[in-house]
Amino acid sequence: MSHNLQLNSEGKLKHFLSIEGLPKELLTEILDVAESFVGMNDQQIKKVPLLRGKTIVNLFFENSTRTRTTFELAAKRLSADVLSMSIATSSTSKGESLLDTIRNLEAMFVDMFVVRHAISGAAHFIAQQTAPHISVINAGDGQHAHPTQAMLDMFTIRQVKKDFSQLKVAIIGDILHSRVARSQIQALNTLGVPEVRVIAPKTLLPAHVESLGVKVSHNLTAGLKDVDVVIMLRLQKERMTSALLPSESEYFKCFGLTEEKLKIAKPDAIVMHPGPINRGVEIESRVADGPQSVILKQVSNGIAIRMAVMAMAMQKPGVLL
Amino acid sequence: MLKINELLNNLDVELKQIILQRHLVDPLMIGIRSGGVWVAEHLHQQLGFTEPLGLLDISFYRDDFSQVGMHPNVKPSQLPARIDGRDIILVDDVFYTGRTIRAALNEIFDYGRPNQVVLAVLLERNGRQIPLSPDCVGARITLEAEQRIKLTGPEPLEIQIQTITATV
Repeated sequence: MSHNLQLNSEGKLKHFLSIEGLPKELLTEILDVAESFVGMNDQQIKKVPLLRGKTIVNLFFENSTRTRTTFELAAKRLSADVLSMSIATSSTSKGESLLDTIRNLEAMFVDMFVVRHAISGAAHFIAQQTAPHISVINAGDGQHAHPTQAMLDMFTIRQVKKDFSQLKVAIIGDILHSRVARSQIQALNTLGVPEVRVIAPKTLLPAHVESLGVKVSHNLTAGLKDVDVVIMLRLQKERMTSALLPSESEYFKCFGLTEEKLKIAKPDAIVMHPGPINRGVEIESRVADGPQSVILKQVSNGIAIRMAVMAMAMQKPGVLL
Repeated sequence: MLKINELLNNLDVELKQIILQRHLVDPLMIGIRSGGVWVAEHLHQQLGFTEPLGLLDISFYRDDFSQVGMHPNVKPSQLPARIDGRDIILVDDVFYTGRTIRAALNEIFDYGRPNQVVLAVLLERNGRQIPLSPDCVGARITLEAEQRIKLTGPEPLEIQIQTITATV
């Protein structure tokens, strides 16, 4: 899969499919543009005319509340017309039906697709197949990538910690199945975070995880030492049945974040979670709702980041005066 | 040939007259990034205003977004919480086509409904494309279509006329 697919002839964002292959400057530009959109919350009329007359279709082949609603709100704040479709997939002939859906929507003069799909590579596939004027944003594909989630996390980290160059970041939980973790690791490395740790039981780590540029620990207490940012991942409950874990309570005992364990991290460490939270499974309520938690800040920042990405992807290559 | 201090002084004098004529009460000064902010900083100081200068970035309101895209150095606008009922002095460096001012007014009105807005610019040149014009100016000049006014700053604030050579 070519990642240059994401950039237009001038090196600007055309599709946003994955963090992989994007330069630091572009990620920083996304964060900077998003910062301006946060400033927009002071306006009585929280809307800018940037994407007036553009039509954006949210194609959600997989359930989502937060991601879909924040994408929808972001599109509306950019003055685009937005249509959200939840499409149940049939297990057979996905390729064909997906392409048919896309062709039909193209015939309705759509300018952008925001795609969530249970199959890795779905957004890439649509970006390759769709008409040249259409941009595609990946809102999560299988176990591959969730780049806007990673960028809103980077934005939240920068908001609190100001600078990436001195940070120790720990990502805890089901790394193996997590598209969020994959995108976060790529973004943290690209933005120059010197130490990224992953903490998980062996059964929830991909083989050769070190090759992603992370340090590995199987012990939460040891792994949390001196970290500035603690990122918890959702434990997908279906993993219990697949014999990767003994039980929820056993998992919580070893890898659940409690107030007590959080004390091992730096005193000003922040706690993040992409949601939805399993209270009492990967994180204790007192931590999730506590003073070090920035979980709701992440949600708010999701709107600004998605506005930035959508606005940047809709720029046409052209002559700058 | 263009003396920045003369222009600023002329504009200062004209603006003071406008403030009296239009009965501006406790006016809020807003500069348009980047050149307009630099000019506004001078006026703000000369007029002895105490309320912080408002900063406006019109990148998200430009009417040529679909042709030229987003300005890479877009920064947040910083306006006070309440615009409703205020008298506003909007400041820019050059008034040319009028499109920047249209965008700026659109953005200001998304923050609230001001009582009145007056427009102060350092230089007005020929080439107006929409029915807007400044209320006070440092000078008015006539240029050829391929000529551009280039302001550099903030310190020292300098002004130049450049000729754009078409690239093929």
